Amino acid sequence: MTTPIPLFDPMVPAFARISRVDRELPDVFTWHLAAPSGAGFSFAPGQFNMLYAFGAGEVPISISGDPNRPEELVHTIRAVGAVTRAMQGLRKGDTIGVRGPFGSAWPLAEARDQDLLFVAGGLGVAPLRPAILHALAARSLYRRVIVLAGFRSPADFIFRKELERWRSRFDVTVEVTVDRADTSFRGTVAVVPALIAEVELDPAATVALLCGPEVMMRFAVRELERRGVPHERIHVSMERSMKCGVGFCGHCQYGPTFVCKDGPVYRFDRIERLFYVREI
Amino acid sequence: MDDLARLLAAHPFLDGLGRAHHAVLVGCTKNVRFQPGQFLLREGEEARTFYLLRAGRASLEVHVPGRGAVRVETVGAGDVLGLSWTRLDGADPSLPPRVHLDARALDPVVALALDGACLYRKMEADHELGYVLMKRLLALTYHRLERVRLQRLDVYKASP
Repeated sequence: MTTPIPLFDPMVPAFARISRVDRELPDVFTWHLAAPSGAGFSFAPGQFNMLYAFGAGEVPISISGDPNRPEELVHTIRAVGAVTRAMQGLRKGDTIGVRGPFGSAWPLAEARDQDLLFVAGGLGVAPLRPAILHALAARSLYRRVIVLAGFRSPADFIFRKELERWRSRFDVTVEVTVDRADTSFRGTVAVVPALIAEVELDPAATVALLCGPEVMMRFAVRELERRGVPHERIHVSMERSMKCGVGFCGHCQYGPTFVCKDGPVYRFDRIERLFYVREI
Repeated sequence: MDDLARLLAAHPFLDGLGRAHHAVLVGCTKNVRFQPGQFLLREGEEARTFYLLRAGRASLEVHVPGRGAVRVETVGAGDVLGLSWTRLDGADPSLPPRVHLDARALDPVVALALDGACLYRKMEADHELGYVLMKRLLALTYHRLERVRLQRLDVYKASP
């Protein structure tokens, strides 16, 4: 899968209309947008867009939709700052600005004929969703497909119905855990690395795709190391303050790279040295 | 006895241990089953048993006054339960070791139950065995500590 480049001038937003809003959690919502061009909106799983709420500002948001459905652009957003809170107030029919897609993608072509291990933490399941949907649609291209997802509590599941649907398939392993729960919860209570420790893995034939809070990914990488997965088989999605989206402004500089252009998806061995540098 | 030795050898915690050591441990071991809802361990009771889980899941819970039982972790096949008998917690050695968490079966649980005092005596008598088991217990404790640290960070909490 090649990495698509922006449709128009990357600095000029295209208009997109909100066709549906799904409320995932009290502070997390999913926008379904009519693609800004009649030709559809092509992207590679892992890429992001700059979304512009007019009068409020612009923020980078990963694409969480199905790459096989370019007619619809999907973004899952957590309302945590002024812009995303303003976005939460928008409704079906409202128009926003979109620039993108930007950045690198999950290495799905390289992972062919390998085991695909998805490790998601919290909202990190959203940037992985396009890759998971691709893998499930093109199931014969991969050996085992394993999805490990961790959430804060049973009340914080994102894409719960979809996770349950994936889990019901015979050709996918899906394990979900929460960090904390009361005794009414029947599922697993543990951190995501505990799932990595338990799952059946063929380290030399596994490609691991990680997305979630950076601390969670550090612990997950450590567990993958224990399981013998080589660093060049681990890919992480990094998050920095992306602004221009094309590596001009420097806001998202990450060592000698720019997350908006060289990331957000990095092969771990290429950033290992930076991964443990504080405040970079 | 042979069956128990085979079951011990098949558990990840004792994987790779010599046949002779498995044979020594058989004397401390019995095969046990729990129905869902039954407790394997109760907080405050004397710590007598070290469980090697073979099948099913159990939850580790702490009773918090006013909140009831809080589930802190679930464990399953291949995990171990009940480390208080090791006395690694630094408690007064003249007092019996106490269990610090409830462990309740969530599914039908099948486990190997090792008598802690018996195991302790075997480890004292055979320092090679003791050293190997202590290394494994230490690794297990380290991994659990690492997970508790991550859990405590509450990394999925929304922050601007």
